[in-house]
Order: sequence, then C-alpha cells, then structure tokens
Amino acid sequence: MVNAHRSYILHISIIGMLAAMFFILPAYHVGNLSRIMVLAVYAMGFNVLFGYTGLLSLGHALFFATGMYGLGMAMNTFNIAAEPAMLIGGICAFLVSAVIGFLALRTSGVAFMIVTLMFAQAGYLTILYFGAYTRGDEGFVIPQADRMIAGIDITGETARYFSALFLFSVVFLLIMYLVRSPFGHTIVAIRENEERTRMLGYDTVRHKLAAVIISGTISGIAGAAYALLFGYAGATFATVQYSIFPLLWVLLGGAGTTLGPIIGTIFMFYLIDLSSTVTQAYMLIAGVVLVLLTLFAPQGLAGELRRRVFKWLP
Amino acid sequence: MVAVNILTTKGLTKNYGGIKANTDIDFELQRGKVTALIGPNGAGKSTFVGMLCGRFPATRGEVFFEGQNISSLPAHKRIQLGIAYTFQITSVYSGLTLLENVAIAARRRLGKDFASVTEKVDSVLAQVGLSDRAYQIAGDLSYGHQRVLEIAMGLAQDPRLFILDEPTQGLAETEIDDFVKLIKSLAGETTILLIEHNMDVVMRTADQITVLEFGKTLASGTPDEIHRNEAVQAAYLGTAADA
Ligand SMILES: Nc1ncnc2c1ncn2[C@@H]1O[C@H](COP(=O)(O)OP(=O)(O)OP(=O)(O)O)[C@@H](O)[C@H]1O
Ligand SMILES: [Mg+2]
Repeated sequence: MVNAHRSYILHISIIGMLAAMFFILPAYHVGNLSRIMVLAVYAMGFNVLFGYTGLLSLGHALFFATGMYGLGMAMNTFNIAAEPAMLIGGICAFLVSAVIGFLALRTSGVAFMIVTLMFAQAGYLTILYFGAYTRGDEGFVIPQADRMIAGIDITGETARYFSALFLFSVVFLLIMYLVRSPFGHTIVAIRENEERTRMLGYDTVRHKLAAVIISGTISGIAGAAYALLFGYAGATFATVQYSIFPLLWVLLGGAGTTLGPIIGTIFMFYLIDLSSTVTQAYMLIAGVVLVLLTLFAPQGLAGELRRRVFKWLP
Repeated sequence: MVAVNILTTKGLTKNYGGIKANTDIDFELQRGKVTALIGPNGAGKSTFVGMLCGRFPATRGEVFFEGQNISSLPAHKRIQLGIAYTFQITSVYSGLTLLENVAIAARRRLGKDFASVTEKVDSVLAQVGLSDRAYQIAGDLSYGHQRVLEIAMGLAQDPRLFILDEPTQGLAETEIDDFVKLIKSLAGETTILLIEHNMDVVMRTADQITVLEFGKTLASGTPDEIHRNEAVQAAYLGTAADA
C-alpha cells in the first residue's frame, strides 16, 4: 500500500526533523521544544478520543494530573525510583480512565462534556483537600537527584530533550499504527455515525470505553513525563484550563489527524510566547488568531493540509 | 434437519408510552425466501423489524433466530449472528468514501484480513454497480445512490437474514429494476425480509407476504393468498389491487 509507505516516511521524517532541531535551534527554543513535545503527547492522547472517536471530554486534566501525581507521589512520598514511578503514573491513569469512562459513557453529547468536566473538577478538589500529601496549589518539586532514568540524569538539556523526543516518537508511531488498524477505523466509524456502526454489528460501547482508556492513559503518561522532566507537580495541572488546552491544540492543529497535535501545540505555544513579548494582552492576540483559524481553517492546520494537498494524510 | 423457519417471534409487543406500535405479533420467517412486510403508514413495520435486529428493545415478547432465543441480546450481538439491517432513513457514513463505507461493513466479520476486506468491497461495489464511484464521498452521492450504498453495506456482511426497510423509496425506475434483480439473485442463499410500499416490487419479488395493520398481523401467506384475502383488500390493497 503506497499510502501506508508515504505515511510511514512522513512520520519518521518528522521525528528526524525534531531530532535535528536540537542541533539547529538555540538553547531557549530547545527548552521550549522539550516541553512542547511532552504536551503534544497529551494532545495526541486527547485527539484519540476527540479527533478520532468524536467524544469531547472537558475533563482530560484529570488524567494528566493523575499521571503527574501518580509519579510525583510515588517518588516523593514513597521514595520509588523514576522508572517504576513512571509505570505507576501510567497505571493510575489507566485505572482512573477506566472508571471515568465506564461512568461517563452512560451519557453522550453535551452531557458527556459536563460529566467529564465535573469529574475533573472533583479530582482537582480532591488534590486540594489532601493538601497535606499533595501540597495543593503550591505543588511540590521532585528533587533533581531523583530524576534519573536508566542511570542517566535527565535534568540536563540534552537528556531531557531526547527523553521527550523518545516518548513523543513512541506515542506518535503508536497512534499512526492505531488509526490504520481495524480498531482505528471502527472508532472513526463511531465518530461519523454511531447508530449505523452499532447496526453493523460493532460493540460501540466497548470501543468507546477502549478509546477513553487509551486516551486517558496516554494523557496520564504525558503528565507523569512532564513532572519527571520538569521536576514539578502541582494542582494547576488539574484545573479546567488544562482540560481546555489539549482541545485548543488539537483544534488548531487538526482534529482526527496524526500531525495535528504536534502542529497545534507548537503553534499555540509560540503564539502565546511571541504575543506576550509584544503586549500584556497576549491572550487577546491568541484569542483573535484562534477565532481566525476556526473561521478560515475549521479543520485545523493539518486538516487544511490534508484537504488541499495531501489527501492521504492519516 | 434444518428448520423451515430462520426466525420466529412470539407475542412481540412495543409500546411507546401510550402508543401501541406493535401488539402480540407472532411471526414466522421462512428460510431462503423473500418475505415482504406491508401495511399502511404507521402500521408498525419499522418498529417490528427494529425489534428483530435489536435496534429498539421490545416491551415484551420473544425473538428466536435459528432456534436461539435472542430476545435479550444487544443489537451488535444479533447482527453478529448474521442479521443485516438497512435503515428506512438513509444512514451511511456521509463523510467517508464509498469504499470505506463498505469496508467498515465488511471489516466487522473479516477483521484484520486486509486482502479479503478489499476483495469483498470490490465485489459488492461491482454487484450494485457503484465501482466507478468507489472513491467518492458518500455524502456527495445522489439520494438513490446512497440508498444503493446502504444496500451494499448490508451485502458486505454476507448476512443470513437481510432486513431492508423500504429500500426502493426514492429510487428511479431503472434503479428499482436493478434492485429487483439483485434481490432475486440473493434469494435462496439469503433470507430476505423486505418492508415495501411499492406493490409492483412486492409482487415481483415476494414469496411470502405479511400484512401489518395497527400494530397487528392482519394476514400472512403467498402473494396469491394475500391478493384474494378480503380483509386485506378492504384494509389496504383495495385500490392497488385494481390498478
Ligand atoms: N420513537 C418513537 N416514539 C413514539 N412513537 C413512535 C416512535 N417510533 C414510532 N412511533 C409510532 O409507532 C407507530 C408505528 O411506527 P412505525 O415507524 O413502526 O410505522 P411504519 O409501519 O414503519 O410506518 P412507515 O410506513 O411510515 O414507515 C406510529 O404510530 C409511530 O408514530
Ligand atoms: Mg417505517
């Protein structure tokens, strides 16, 4: 299949480009890009549910924060090493998304949005309530000395960049594979017409649950990696704002495209970064650009690319 | 020995609040035959077949498919047993290509086997005459072609029982002829339950006819028997029979 080859080459080239950026870009941007890649993993997780399955969750910060606190508390409270702590973060997000998915999928549409929002809010309040352990709003720092993976200190710029790139690449390729698989086709079918899909003999409830779990677990892993690489966990990451971010990234980049999340995350990061150097009202500029984009490129940047140039983009 | 009936119902009933859409329907569907389900608008035909394939839960009563009581099975499990269903109101994936529409239908059974999915899709599109439109977006098709696509999606599942809810509604005369040919070519291997308002199509395809009225079976039999049935003539065929 020609399209499969093209898509494979494209994805590998993007990973190659990101690796090259490390050597090309000045240190400031390298630092930004490390952060962006981890956040893009979060966006990719969100995209599985929103872009491919057509379910809009307004509570993904809960999964991100679950991974973050799973790792953070494992390391700080229980003195567990980074690698198993990472695993714990992932497992926590897996469990939480399974439970939330099971409950929230009894609803659909707007009700689903509200239920996920409420669960995330409950999660946020829980973090504040147990402030004695979670340090609440203030958060806690993960000591530099503990932040080692396989004996490598990942607090250095180089190690951090390539750890972020490694995680990004794994998830990026995983999702490329996922959306081409029968499962990927089925969740798209559910997004396009759920009743038709059910009446073609697919267990739509089970597929949607699987999508929530995959999406939530990837988001949680992103949260855990964020805490590990940048050394901080805090309740801000569980706020509504962090549920809205991945939605914006994915919308800007192109929902239901494999490239959308990374494009959208880079774009929005620099949009805020650049406009804040120009004016205090940087959110205003960001807002205007967002509105313009939704007006003129409603399918996001990658979506427009797919529509106009590369019809085969996955 | 293979039972004569592929599907039977006992006391199948559906109430929508106060509306009695179906009341105590006992029904037998003969294997390998084309059975037409007819009746005036609002008689409860769509409701009835919806309860057979699990789209709507029954208020009470039972459905047996191949001797198995499937009353408590969810829709997807019933479909997996070999029942395909097409909607009265066209329901395709209007944002996807024809190819992908049919592939989704075929993939449920053939799964990861890409080669046989492709083969199935090609053969079904050829069978219904949509091959040259394979890469068009379903939503861009004419209404008639969307109806045909919906039928193709049923065929792609290789069903044992194929339920079609008013498939010829809105089709042009030539498309109806093609449809009649298609149904005749399927008969024998596939059991067909056809809801149909077009009496010409019914008379050309049906081996058996069941008439529904006010949510109850008014009569069942061969086209000849139904044609002669006075109750049916009075209630429904009246003018159609003279035409
Ligand atoms: N979801 C629903 N809620 C309430 N009443 C319904 C619902 N669906 C159908 N009905 C009612 O049930 C009765 C039977 O409807 P049904 O659609 O089964 O008829 P039909 O024989 O298929 O008619 P048509 O030939 O118009 O398709 C009608 O009176 C209809 O108004
Ligand atoms: Mg009907």
